[in-house]
Amino acid sequence: MSRHADRSKLVFEKLVDAGVTLFPYVPDFGNDDLVKFAEADNRTVPVLLSSEQEGVALCAGADLVGGRSVLLMQSSGVGNCPNMLSLVQGGRFPMLMIITMRGDYGEQNPWQYPMGRAVPTLLEAMGIECIQVEREDELAHAVDAALAAAFVAERGVALILSQKILGAKVF
Amino acid sequence: MKNPREAIINRRDLLPLLFSNPDEYLFVAGLAGAAKDAAAWTREADNLIALGGAMGGAIAMGLGMALTATHRKIAVITGDGELLMNAGVLATVASAAPENLTIVCIDNGRHGETGGQLGHTSKRTNLAVLAEGSGLGSIMTVSTPEELPAAREFLADGNAPKFLWARVQPGPPADYKRNWNLVDCRLRFRRANAIKL
Repeated sequence: MSRHADRSKLVFEKLVDAGVTLFPYVPDFGNDDLVKFAEADNRTVPVLLSSEQEGVALCAGADLVGGRSVLLMQSSGVGNCPNMLSLVQGGRFPMLMIITMRGDYGEQNPWQYPMGRAVPTLLEAMGIECIQVEREDELAHAVDAALAAAFVAERGVALILSQKILGAKVF
Repeated sequence: MKNPREAIINRRDLLPLLFSNPDEYLFVAGLAGAAKDAAAWTREADNLIALGGAMGGAIAMGLGMALTATHRKIAVITGDGELLMNAGVLATVASAAPENLTIVCIDNGRHGETGGQLGHTSKRTNLAVLAEGSGLGSIMTVSTPEELPAAREFLADGNAPKFLWARVQPGPPADYKRNWNLVDCRLRFRRANAIKL
């Protein structure tokens, strides 16, 4: 397996061990392997979304019937979510997001910077805790921390994976 | 495309005529009029979660329930404004193809909650065509009270996921003072309906 796939496998296994079954996502290079693992495993269901905001409501719906889910998106999709994240503060829904960054370390596409830079500010404004991961060796602990915040403390939490570990796309 | 017929259904009559066994379902109601109608009809029973904001989220919330509680029937009651806020979710439902999800859109062609301003379905937008183009295969349109018995059969026996476009008169929704505390509503719904996974 590639380094990308190894990293996603570690994350996937921790999510499944914590009882996560639904993986709503908008396709992105950074979460591609995670979605493939969710497709290949009969305990988990990937759900292709049209827009990231749907995923917020979908995760809340899963919670209402006792399920656990993780919302996967690229950083630009965070901008589609704020109003729907009202559910998290308003209803104290647990919400686990994994956000793969664009518009940070090494980004070549100038269109990605405005939203990329605003990710933590926007999420924090809507009451979502941000756990930023910039080094490979921090990842396992960060996933555990995010799972604890989301499903034990019942908070909204975003695990934000930097381009420092994902790498930056070359144009 | 022109809309089918003049809508003469009174929305206050609609939900009780559509569902003969509401206890069989878990309901999600989108904000504003849909939430009022559903809350008044069920007296905010434990099998209803009614939104008061998060516009555009009701169908996705129902999909999350349907994909998790696969043994339960889920029905989303939404409005035309709420649906069009995030119409892409119809494609999401079509791709996921849950066999236990029903969507009812109460379409008054108005943004009732904000003063009755006209919406797209009062002009040229046809939600049945939109649903079909999104990939949904089980679709029905009603505009008159005479069509409602057939709609009730469609909801009871049609293949899911199903989409009922219920075109209603622009009159007000049910008058009902509902619980606005979402923390309370979430816990109430979960206590009654959460499955042990």
